[in-house]
Amino acid sequence: MRNAPSAEDIARMYRQMLVVRAVEEQLAVLHRQGKTRGPIHTCIGQEAAGIGATAPLEREDVVTSTHRGHAHFVGKGLDLRRVLAEIFGRVTGYCRGRGGHMLVASAADGLLGGNGIVGGGIPIALGQAFGFQLDGSRRVAVAIFGDGAAQEGTCHEAMNVAGLWKLPMVFFCEHNLYGLTVHARYQSSVPDLHVRAAGYGMPGVMVDGNDLLAVHGAMRDALDRARRGDGPTFVEAKTYRMTGFSTSDMGGYQPEEEMREWAARDPIARTRALLATMLDESSLEAVERAAAEEVEAAFAQAMADPFPDAAELDAPEYAVAEARP
Amino acid sequence: MTRMRYAEALNRALHEEMARDERVCVIGEDVGIYGGVFKVTKGLRERFGDLRVRDTPISEQAMTGLAIGAAMVGRRPVLEIMYIDFLTLCLDQLVNQASIVHYIWAGQASLPFVLRTQGGAGAGAAAQHSKSLDALVAHVPGLKVVAPATPADASGLLVAAIRDPNPVVFLEHKLLYNTTGEVPEGDHVVPIGQAHVAREGTDITIVASSKMTLDALAAAETLAAEGIDAEVVDLRTLRPLDRETIARSVRKTNRALVVNEGWTTGGFGAELSAVIMEDAFDWLDGPVRRLGTADRPIPYSLPLEQAAVPDAAAITRAARLTLAG
Ligand SMILES: Cc1ncc(C[n+]2csc(CCOP(=O)(O)OP(=O)(O)O)c2C)c(N)n1
Ligand SMILES: [Mg+2]
Repeated sequence: MRNAPSAEDIARMYRQMLVVRAVEEQLAVLHRQGKTRGPIHTCIGQEAAGIGATAPLEREDVVTSTHRGHAHFVGKGLDLRRVLAEIFGRVTGYCRGRGGHMLVASAADGLLGGNGIVGGGIPIALGQAFGFQLDGSRRVAVAIFGDGAAQEGTCHEAMNVAGLWKLPMVFFCEHNLYGLTVHARYQSSVPDLHVRAAGYGMPGVMVDGNDLLAVHGAMRDALDRARRGDGPTFVEAKTYRMTGFSTSDMGGYQPEEEMREWAARDPIARTRALLATMLDESSLEAVERAAAEEVEAAFAQAMADPFPDAAELDAPEYAVAEARP
Repeated sequence: MTRMRYAEALNRALHEEMARDERVCVIGEDVGIYGGVFKVTKGLRERFGDLRVRDTPISEQAMTGLAIGAAMVGRRPVLEIMYIDFLTLCLDQLVNQASIVHYIWAGQASLPFVLRTQGGAGAGAAAQHSKSLDALVAHVPGLKVVAPATPADASGLLVAAIRDPNPVVFLEHKLLYNTTGEVPEGDHVVPIGQAHVAREGTDITIVASSKMTLDALAAAETLAAEGIDAEVVDLRTLRPLDRETIARSVRKTNRALVVNEGWTTGGFGAELSAVIMEDAFDWLDGPVRRLGTADRPIPYSLPLEQAAVPDAAAITRAARLTLAG
């Protein structure tokens, strides 16, 4: 297979997936203990999609993420301690605690940024891709969004313009079957969203979003195409969130049988099984231990970090000089 | 000094800034081949090419996001939104995206883009093409809002807006495009955030912006014939507001009339009135009076439209009432 990742690459992505899972499980625990503020959206069950979409990117490539972005942050190489510090409102966070978990952004890493408005980041990625096209650079802008966001006007407008102008962009749709509590069958005119790409002059591909290598491969192809100047690609990753919509979800709308079916396709178990054909058990356990230790240390540090002083509210309303990623 | 029309002054500023800084690009509906429906972008595409001057699809949300994304990666887009009435389609991108980036990301990125649009009644364009929505955008921290009244200010403020590292909403007025005035030669920049006293007087301060400034100046001539010496403060920038110039004037004249072409209730006049109470209450000899457009959708038929929107005669009457109060 062209561009097939090595065992090391897969192990690195496996470790990132484990980090995301451990972070989110710990956040859920802390939420129950009242130690978090505001809703937190986890991507448990979707890690292969989120990591597979972001790990193949170069540092200069940029991503607009969503309200469910923890995997994107990790895949794009952000410092876990600073991500967690942002989630806990600490001054050491990427946004000095001003953003919170939905609005993490790291300009230096090209994570521009999380978004609490469904579909809000898609036209921004379009503009980033437009900027790259004007620059004549080989950078690519990736808009990551959900199946719910795909129903927003922003998505359709941006797909049209990207296809029309052949912008270096990837539309990466994490289709997890739900938009908040409502199943896609009640939201979407078509079950498979990639078919819409044809109407906007770009290729659409569908992959098993719980298959790390499938996602990674589709993303690599889309990135190559964008860098060649051939324009955008729509990648639809079919996946499932194995938990509620957010920490405040009261449940009751995901059928048990559906949950069971998808649990059997847990992307972490699948990636482990794949790696077990390449690495011995002790190497696998070493990866797992390293991930657990990284997460533990990051939580300990982030939760010990200071809050911003209330006087920081008065930080300037406007930029006085240009700052850019 | 060269005498030119308001639209020509804007056009000259765009030509000069595009020539001076290759990061500047112009996007919008009909801005390229046709040169803009108000001819403000005339000749740009011929001179700078269709990469930097782009006719876009009729997709205001995506285009606003496009400007944000391109600015984020180092371009300086100038986006034309044909009518301010269509700003409602841009509001999510302006209010939930553009306005938050600098502050919430703690200075990691700046957004140097300009959203040019035009509003105002008087052209028989009816309810969806005649509004003044200044208050809508001036309400939002992180945005700058300018509304020039003269060709010189139109050109100098547009240059300042293009060079500013923040999102600037640039409000033009459809009835001003054909007005003429002297415009300085050379690198003419009018700083954002500075009001100016368009006419000195001692008896009453009339605070206005955009076309209302011209109407206030005409009203001042009528009032002068009656022995009333009015001072006219032309705001030029609505956000950040030059409170000092307003207060200095009111402390001198002890009477204040605020005029804004937007709807009266919850309009920008309400803000001006509150600012005068806060900054100059002890100097007032009577209540602040505000004048705005009638609280109705702007009707089409000439007598109805004229009755709805303030003009020089209405300002004259309101000034007399202010002095009687
Ligand atoms: C414009 C907008 N509408 C509604 C919401 C409330 N909301 C937040 S997430 C969400 C569901 C989004 O579904 P999808 O895009 O599929 O993302 P997922 O949560 O499944 O990852 C909704 C309705 C919002 N935040 N923004
Ligand atoms: Mg979804």
